[in-house]
Amino acid sequence: MVVTIGIPVYPGTNCDVDVYKAVKLAGASPKRIWYKDYKEMWKVDAIVIPGGFSYADYIRAGAIAARTKMTETIKELAEDGMPVLGICNGFQVLVESGMLPGALTVNKSARFICRWVYLKVVRNDTPFTQLYDEGEVIRMPIAHMEGRYIPSSGFNKRLIVLQYADSCGNVTEDANPNGSYMNIAGIISARENVLGLMPHPERASEDALGGSDGLRMFKSLIEYLRR
Amino acid sequence: MSRYKAMIYITLKEGILDAEGETVRRALISLGFDVSEVKSGKMYIIEFKCDKDPEEVVEKMCRHLLANPVVNNYKYELEEL
Repeated sequence: MVVTIGIPVYPGTNCDVDVYKAVKLAGASPKRIWYKDYKEMWKVDAIVIPGGFSYADYIRAGAIAARTKMTETIKELAEDGMPVLGICNGFQVLVESGMLPGALTVNKSARFICRWVYLKVVRNDTPFTQLYDEGEVIRMPIAHMEGRYIPSSGFNKRLIVLQYADSCGNVTEDANPNGSYMNIAGIISARENVLGLMPHPERASEDALGGSDGLRMFKSLIEYLRR
Repeated sequence: MSRYKAMIYITLKEGILDAEGETVRRALISLGFDVSEVKSGKMYIIEFKCDKDPEEVVEKMCRHLLANPVVNNYKYELEEL
């Protein structure tokens, strides 16, 4: 079965080609879709919202993209159960559109951070993380200015899928690059079909890039869709 | 239809670390100013037309786009042009 993954492209998105290559490498058929062609999203099996600087991060990162017809369409599809993965700016779009709870705001250091980090896989019972072990420590790069996760009231800790950790998997203050609440790097929706994360799995999809831990995230999703 | 001008101020809610404000505070101290607190924010000056309650329109602009209720407070001044 051919699995088709839709990759929305907003003005200012710049990780769409990287995601395209990683999805292809993982064994699915990727399709980049310009935000005005939102109706094309009805034809895909899952959606990966890539990183970048949609609408130049004006107002708040992801705020304007979150209010486009493309994102409204993605929200409707997610409500019908379609898996949606949001990476970096894609995660910001997911919280701004209300598909995931909370907010992402300026890093504690007030600086743009671009480096590799260690992550602890808190949950491997999701469509996006099933090929990891529970508690496994993986490596991926982060590259963001607004990645500090702020929970909304009544936040459910069960939604945490990935946490910033040290190389041994200890979730410490020192391992928290941006000041996120509870070292949160990635959370899933209550319905468990929408995952947002600040790290870039597509930038860790082959050894030539410095690591391949991210590839399993795409492979997990594809395996889930084939089942 | 009347024309209005709104000055809208967006700030961070109390209790949410203002990383930009804190960086500015330290920079001002390094320049010799005796600064105890800096709060950063954004201001939008918006001219618009409407035939109903302009306050309601500005509220909607803030709630639908300009402010994020999880992290932001907003206030505004409104004048008829």
